[in-house]
Amino acid sequence: MLQKTTFLSHSYAKPDGHTLAAYESAGGYKNARKALGMSRDAVVDEVKKAKIRGRGGAGFDCGTKWTFMPKESKKPCYLVVNADEGEPGTFKDRTIMEWNPHSVVEGCIIGCFGIGAHAAYIYVRDELHLSKERLWAAIEEARAKGYLGQKPFGLDYPVEVYVQTGAGAYICGEETALLNSLEGRRGEPRYKPPFPAQVGAFGCPTTVNNLETIAIVPTVIGMGGEAFCKLSTLAEFNDGGSRLFGVSGHVKTPGVFECSVGLTLRELIYDLGGGILGDKRLLAVIPGGSSCPVMLPEELVNVPGDPRFEPYNGKSVLDLPLGVETFRAVGGMLGTCCAIVLSEDADPVLALHNLMRFYRHESCGQCTPCREGCGWIERILDKIVEGRATLDELDQLHRIASDITGNTICAFGDGAAQPVLSFVKKFRKQFEDYVLTGGKSQTKKLVA
Amino acid sequence: MAFSLSAEQERELGRILSRYPNKMAATIPVLHLCQAANENWVSDEVIQFVADKLEVGTAHVQGVVTFYTLFNQSKPGKHQVWVCRTLSCALRGAEGILHHCEKRLKIHAGETTADGKVTLRTAECLASCGSAPMMQVDKTYHENLTTERVDEILDRLIAD
Repeated sequence: MLQKTTFLSHSYAKPDGHTLAAYESAGGYKNARKALGMSRDAVVDEVKKAKIRGRGGAGFDCGTKWTFMPKESKKPCYLVVNADEGEPGTFKDRTIMEWNPHSVVEGCIIGCFGIGAHAAYIYVRDELHLSKERLWAAIEEARAKGYLGQKPFGLDYPVEVYVQTGAGAYICGEETALLNSLEGRRGEPRYKPPFPAQVGAFGCPTTVNNLETIAIVPTVIGMGGEAFCKLSTLAEFNDGGSRLFGVSGHVKTPGVFECSVGLTLRELIYDLGGGILGDKRLLAVIPGGSSCPVMLPEELVNVPGDPRFEPYNGKSVLDLPLGVETFRAVGGMLGTCCAIVLSEDADPVLALHNLMRFYRHESCGQCTPCREGCGWIERILDKIVEGRATLDELDQLHRIASDITGNTICAFGDGAAQPVLSFVKKFRKQFEDYVLTGGKSQTKKLVA
Repeated sequence: MAFSLSAEQERELGRILSRYPNKMAATIPVLHLCQAANENWVSDEVIQFVADKLEVGTAHVQGVVTFYTLFNQSKPGKHQVWVCRTLSCALRGAEGILHHCEKRLKIHAGETTADGKVTLRTAECLASCGSAPMMQVDKTYHENLTTERVDEILDRLIAD
């Protein structure tokens, strides 16, 4: 169901929307003040009731994650905000940092209080210079007003917020790679356990939350967790509230849109995205960043035995509401909720080739299956695109991707394997055409 | 010649150090600061300087420099241009934009113009998918590009 909201986006595209004055005139910082007057348990409880599924792609429940933090800790605790946005097709966090940075700062105050931390680090990828500038400016404005520092709002709970910059490595979006990077090391993911809530940044208990997740927390405190949760039509799937949806690729009006959870891909592509460029046929859509399996409009929902899916069974996946659990149940993945749309003009073989160049480039090199596998996959795809590959090599793509899955320290390996497994399965004919005829009947282009 | 920072840059270094519980954590922001002060690249002298300041080994700093793509290990052009080529941009014509840049600058991606003014590179997803195709010039994003827009931008860089 398409239901637009404006909790985060009310300030978008307004010339002064990112300033403290604008944020406060819209009720900003009231909620942090309110939260600091509540008990820590009560704050966490509201966030749990809100059923915010992590907005970074893994979809873990935010309130539950906060409960993993120790109640008493001899060591300092940290909040780390993941704004290393780099998943291909994903461009939502950047809009918050540029147009509503105070929501992040206010979210950090509440987040720190909820997990027992006194410092928050917002890890922003280095390329986003305007985002960093706006976040620092927001922090300075908030500090000048006495909302940060030793006594925020005159209350006895010190909070400091810092911006930390990356240096061009997609892997640092993985939370433990991010922690290593924050500590000044190479951004290589860590073994888990121990999980960050036990041993995180600087060996101390740490919660890592996606930037959009943190930015929506003030709204949750303001309206109450239950009311926020009910905005969603997927509350029974433990997926509450509203979130940002992005759409890019072959649509007429690409962009970021804030809506209640429960939006469908069809609404995202045709109502918000304005439909397919040139009114062409929709070939495929990658629902939430490139690490999600590609989906075709002719795929039907078929989840027997679960009454919650009854209204959707037999319908196209385009008509299934976008949720963490709804998409998992149909063999997909919600990811970051930023869809990449391919029209019939796009060559799916070239699309996969493009994506696998990305994964080969970004593999950190720590685990052999991923480091070597991503290289092999790219080289085989080079041969396929050039019409030099054999059918056996096409099958090898599947074998290599399967061998990466589950055999690496972090989820990057699975993220690299998913596009291969889904593209080769769902576009087998097109791949075979490249092998057998050099791709004679394919479009051989990506642009519409 | 040994590398050093200006007084103002030293103050910035102090501010960076104050944010972390230990000195090593400042490695990446301090490298950014020093790179900017060293014509946008990290020389052996910079590595030695950072290692001394943060009381870590040069091997640690070298390891960090070689891990992250935005630390230049040789001197780039006066201006750096990154054309995003990942899927969302590719679907909107990134390849054409890149070829146009290559033709216009008479270099391939990864190279610097003979006058040292512009280094052209490709980039993986820069989180600008809704305004594709796009390129980053130094610290600025240029979005919804056309070849005419690219010409205007490159003309300014070449003339600078």
